[in-house]
Amino acid sequence: MALLEMNHISKSFSDLEVIKDISLKVDEGEVLSIIGPSGSGKSTMLRCATMLETIDKGEIRYLGERVAWVEENGTKVYPKGAQLRKVCSYFGLVFQNFNLFPHYSVLKNIMDPMVHNQKRDRKESEKEARALLDRMGLADKADAYPCQLSGGQSQRVAIARALALNPKILFFDEPTSALDPELTGEVLKVIRSLADLHIAMVIVTHEMNFARGISDHVIFMDKGIVEVEGTPDEVFEAEHVRMQAFLGKLEH
Amino acid sequence: MSFQVMMEQLAGGLMKSISIFLLTLLFSLPLGLLVSFGRMSKNRIIRSVVWVFISILRGTPLMLQLLAVYFGPYYLFNLKIGSTWRFTAIIIAFSVNYSAYFAEIYRSGIESMPPGQYEAAKLLGYSRSSTFMRIIFPQVVKRILPSVTNEVITLVKDTSLAFSLAYAEMFTIAKQIAAKETSFMPFIAAAIFYYVFNAVVAFLMERIEKALNYYT
Ligand SMILES: Nc1ncnc2c1ncn2[C@@H]1O[C@H](COP(=O)(O)OP(=O)(O)OP(=O)(O)O)[C@@H](O)[C@H]1O
Ligand SMILES: [Mg+2]
Repeated sequence: MALLEMNHISKSFSDLEVIKDISLKVDEGEVLSIIGPSGSGKSTMLRCATMLETIDKGEIRYLGERVAWVEENGTKVYPKGAQLRKVCSYFGLVFQNFNLFPHYSVLKNIMDPMVHNQKRDRKESEKEARALLDRMGLADKADAYPCQLSGGQSQRVAIARALALNPKILFFDEPTSALDPELTGEVLKVIRSLADLHIAMVIVTHEMNFARGISDHVIFMDKGIVEVEGTPDEVFEAEHVRMQAFLGKLEH
Repeated sequence: MSFQVMMEQLAGGLMKSISIFLLTLLFSLPLGLLVSFGRMSKNRIIRSVVWVFISILRGTPLMLQLLAVYFGPYYLFNLKIGSTWRFTAIIIAFSVNYSAYFAEIYRSGIESMPPGQYEAAKLLGYSRSSTFMRIIFPQVVKRILPSVTNEVITLVKDTSLAFSLAYAEMFTIAKQIAAKETSFMPFIAAAIFYYVFNAVVAFLMERIEKALNYYT
C-alpha cells in the first residue's frame, strides 16, 4: 500500500491550468524528487498534497484511505476540523521561507505543537525536542529566537519542528533556495540523514546533484505535466529535449 | 476655598477620569476585536453593516455620541433617565466609540500577518482557534502596539468630554471651581494632572513595547 497516492490531479488558478492530470505515488521510505523550470507547478503540486490548495479534479489518498477528492459533478470533498487535523498528522511540510513562529523560542517552536496539538507529555516532548535539535547540530540554540538564527539554522529548526510530530512523509519545497550558497550544504546534509532513516520524502529542488544522489524516483515537470519520470539515472540520462535544456541552463 | 480643598476636589475628579479611562479600555479592547472580525467577515452583509457602524462612530463627534446614548432612552422609548444612567451611558459611549478605532487597528494588524504563519500552523495541527490565539494574535499585538498607544493617549484627554453630560470628572470640577472662585488656577492644576496621567500611561505602554522586543 502506498503512503501517498495522487491520482489524476488537475488544478487551475482562474483561467490558468497549472496542474494537468498528474498522478504520482510515494511508498514507505521512498524519496521522490520533483524538478522542473520555474512556474511548472511543482509548489502547487506540494500544496495540493498538503491540503493548502484544493484540487479541481482527481483524488488524494494517504495510507490507502481517500482523504480528498472531487466528485463527478465537480463537488470537492475535503476533510474539516478534527478529520483535517488527523490527515495533516500524516505529513509535514518544510517551506522555502521556513515560517517559524517568531514569538516562540526554538524549543517552543518544536514543542508547542507536540504538547498543545498532539497532547503529549511536556517533559517527554522537551526531551525529544532537545534530542532532535541535537541531531540538527543546534543543541545550543534551544533558547534562541528565530530572528537570531541564520537561514540554514532556521531551516534546520523547521525540519526538526516537522519531524517532532512523527509524520509518515515529509514534503520539502525548495528548502535551500532562500539560503546563501554556503548554507545550503548544512541543510542538504540533514535531509540526506533523514533519507538514511527511511523517512518518506517528496522534495522540490533545484539542486540537481543532490536530487540525483538522494532520490529513488525523480519527476521532471513542465507546464503542469509530468514529462519524464523514473529512477534518477533514467531521468537525468533521458534524451528529452526540454529537460536537457533545463539541466543545461542550471549548469551555467 | 483653600488650595488644599481645591486639590482634593480635583483629585476626586481625577479618580473619576481614571475610572472612565480604565473601564473604556476594559470594554473597548475586546469589543474592538469582535468588531474587527465582523469587518473581515466572509459574509458580505455582516461586513457591510459593520463597516457602516465603524464609519458612523469614527465620522461623528464623540460628544454627540455621548449625548445620544445618554438621552436616547428618553427620546426613543420615553424611559425615565435615572441617576446611575449617567455614568453607564458615558462608559457605553466611550467603549463603543473606541471599539471602532481599535477594530480598524486590529484589522490592519491581522491583515498584515503573512499567510505562511497560518499555513505552517494548519500543517502542525493547530485548530483554527488555537492558530488565532497562540500564533496570530500575540504577533498582532506586537505589531499594533504603537497605534494602540496613540489611541490610549488620546483617550486620556478624551475623558474630559464627559463634562458634556455634567459628569463630575476632573475637567468638569475644574470648570466649576474656576467659575466659583474666578480663578484660572484650577485649569492649570487640571492640566498638570492630565499631563502626569498621560506621562504614566505613556511610560507603561513603552514598558509593554519593550517587553515584546525580545523578537522581531
Ligand atoms: N495562488 C495563486 N494564484 C494564482 N496563480 C498562482 C497561484 N499560485 C501559483 N500560481 C501560478 O501557477 C503557476 C505554477 O506555480 P508554482 O508555484 O506551482 O510553480 P513552481 O514550479 O513551484 O515554480 P518555482 O520553481 O518558481 O517555485 C505559476 O504560473 C504561478 O504564477
Ligand atoms: Mg515553487
